[in-house]
Amino acid sequence: MKSLFANRMHTMFAVLGLLLVLFITWPLLRTVLASPPALLWQTLLDEEVRSSIWLTFYASLIATVIGFFLGVPLAYLLARTDFPGKRLVEGIVDLPVVVPHSAAGIALLMVFGRRTLLGRTFSLVGIKFVSAVPGIVIAMLFVSLSHLVNAAREGFETVPPRLERVARTLGASPWTAFWRVAFPLAWRSILSGIILMWARGLSEFGAVVILAYHPTVAPVLLWERFGSYGLQYARPVATLILLICLTTFVTLRIVAGRRGRK
Amino acid sequence: MSGGVQVRDLSVDLGEFHLREITLDVASGEYMVILGPTGGGKTVLLETIAGLHGPRRGQVLMNEEDATTTPPEGRGIGFVYQDYALFPHLNVADNIAFGLTQRRGRRREARAVVQQRVNEMEQLLSIEHLLHRSPSTLSGGEQQRVALARALIVKPRLLLLDEPLSALDPSTREDLQRELARLHRTLGTTTIHVTHNFEEAVALGDRIAVLNAGRIVQVGLPDEIFRKPASEFVARFVGVRNILQGDLLPGNGGYKLLSLDGIQIAVVTELTGRVRASIRPEDIFIFQELRRSSVRNTFRGRIAEIADRGTLLYVTVHLPPDLTCVITRRSLEELELAVGQEVSIGFKASAIHVF
Repeated sequence: MKSLFANRMHTMFAVLGLLLVLFITWPLLRTVLASPPALLWQTLLDEEVRSSIWLTFYASLIATVIGFFLGVPLAYLLARTDFPGKRLVEGIVDLPVVVPHSAAGIALLMVFGRRTLLGRTFSLVGIKFVSAVPGIVIAMLFVSLSHLVNAAREGFETVPPRLERVARTLGASPWTAFWRVAFPLAWRSILSGIILMWARGLSEFGAVVILAYHPTVAPVLLWERFGSYGLQYARPVATLILLICLTTFVTLRIVAGRRGRK
Repeated sequence: MSGGVQVRDLSVDLGEFHLREITLDVASGEYMVILGPTGGGKTVLLETIAGLHGPRRGQVLMNEEDATTTPPEGRGIGFVYQDYALFPHLNVADNIAFGLTQRRGRRREARAVVQQRVNEMEQLLSIEHLLHRSPSTLSGGEQQRVALARALIVKPRLLLLDEPLSALDPSTREDLQRELARLHRTLGTTTIHVTHNFEEAVALGDRIAVLNAGRIVQVGLPDEIFRKPASEFVARFVGVRNILQGDLLPGNGGYKLLSLDGIQIAVVTELTGRVRASIRPEDIFIFQELRRSSVRNTFRGRIAEIADRGTLLYVTVHLPPDLTCVITRRSLEELELAVGQEVSIGFKASAIHVF
C-alpha cells in the first residue's frame, strides 16, 4: 500500500476526494451542531417524534427480515446456477435502484391499493396497506431489497462450490451443505447486505409517503414539520434522526467488521 | 470390506467437458489410477462417480447396485480435491469431524464417539498437533492430510482422489505418496485416484486407466500401459517406458544395485528398500556382441518381439525382465536383428529413474 501523498497524482486525487468527503460531512455536521442539546432533549420528549422514529426502525426491520427470507435463496440461485433468463432476473432485482421512488410508491399502490385484487385479498385477513404499517413495510422492502440480494449473491460467489460438494460427499444433504458451509462462509457479505438494506429502508421517503402518509415514519414527519413550521422547527428533528441513524449504522458496521476479521 | 465400482457406458456433458462411453470396472479393494492430460475430464468423471453430476447416459454401480441416481450423500464415498477444499470457517478438528457431526437425528453420533473417531484419524495421519489450528495456517501437505482424515472418518466404501499430490512440492509429494500407499494397505478402501503424473500412477496404481478427450483409451497394469501403449496418444503421453520393480542393495563407486529377476542393475539414487525404476527405450542400446564400454549396465538376452512403428521399431529383449528399446529401421537392417536372436543391451546407470 502506497502512502497517500506518494506523488503528484496521488496528492491531486486526495484533494478531489477530500472535497467529496467534506461535501458529505459538512452539511451533516452543520445540522447536528446547530441544535443545542437541550433542544434535542426536548424534541426527544415529543411523543410524535419518538413514535415515528420507533415506527421507522421496526418497519424497516420487518422489511429486512422479509427481504432476508426471500432474498437470500434467490441470491444463492443467482450465484450457483445457470438458467435461461438469469440475466433478466438479475436486471429485475436491480430495478428498484433505478426507478424514482415516488414512482415505485405509485406502482405499489396499483397492486396493493384498496380496490386491487391483492389489496382486497389481504384485507380479508385484516391486513391493509394504504395508510398502514404493512404499506410502509412493502414500500421499504421494494426500494431496499436489491442491496441485500446483491450483497448476498456476491458473498455466495466467493464460496468455492467444491466446499459444498465435499460436504455432500461427507453425507450432508443439500440443505445441510447450505447451512453448514455456504451460509456461514457468505455470512459476512449477507450481514453487510442486511445492514445496508435496513439503513436504506430507514431513510426511505418517496415510496413510503405515497402508500402511507400516516402512520408517520421519521422522514415523513420531518417533511411535515418543514412544510408546516419551517426550517427552524424541522432542524432538531432532523438532527435527532441523523444522530440515531449514524450511531446505529456505525455501531453495526464496527460489529460486522470485527466478526468478519475473526 | 469395501465394495467395487462399475461404470457402464457413461456419457456426461458439463460445460466444455464431455465424457463419452466410459466403461470402467474397479474391483473391491483395488487402487485404480486414472491417468490423463489436464483438461481431459478426469475431475468430471470423479465427480460423476461421486454423484455430483448426473450422467446423460450410462450407469454407475456400487456394490453391484445401480447408484446412478443416488445423491452423493447416500453413496458412502470420500472425496479429496487437489486444492484440499477444507472448510475455512472450521478448525482442523471440526473439519475432520464434519462427516459425523453434520448428521441429524438418530444418525448423529454421540460426542464421545465423534471425539474417538477424530482421535483415530489424527493418529492414522499423524496430525495430532494440528487439531486446533485454522486450515489457512497449514502447509499444503498438512492440509492434504487433514482432507484425507476428513474423507476417511466416515469409513467410505470408495475413496476418490482428484490430483491429491499435484499441488505439493516434490519432497512433500513423496511423503504423501507413501502415505497414500500405506493407507491403502492398512484400510483396503477401494480407491480411484486421478492424476496426470505417470510416476504417481505407477507407484500407487494396481491398474491404470488412461483418459483422453473424455474417453478411456486404455486400461491395464502399469507395466502394460508403458510397455504396450494401445494408441499413438498413449505412447506419446506416457512415453514408452520400461518399468521395473526391485530391491536396492548397497553398491560401490557411488552406485546402488537394483536387484530383480536374478540380475543386478547399477543405479544412482538416494532411496533405499523396495522401489520402482523406469528407463526410456531410447536410452537402451543394442549390440550384437557383448563389449566393454563406459556403459555401466550390459546384459545378454533374446529378442522376444519387434514392433514396427514406421521409421522407428520397438525391440523387446527378454533377459528376464523384458526391456524394450527403440531403434531406427536402418539399425535394424545393419544389425540384422530378428526375433529369437541373442543380443546384448546396455544402458547408463544415470538413464534409470528410480522412484
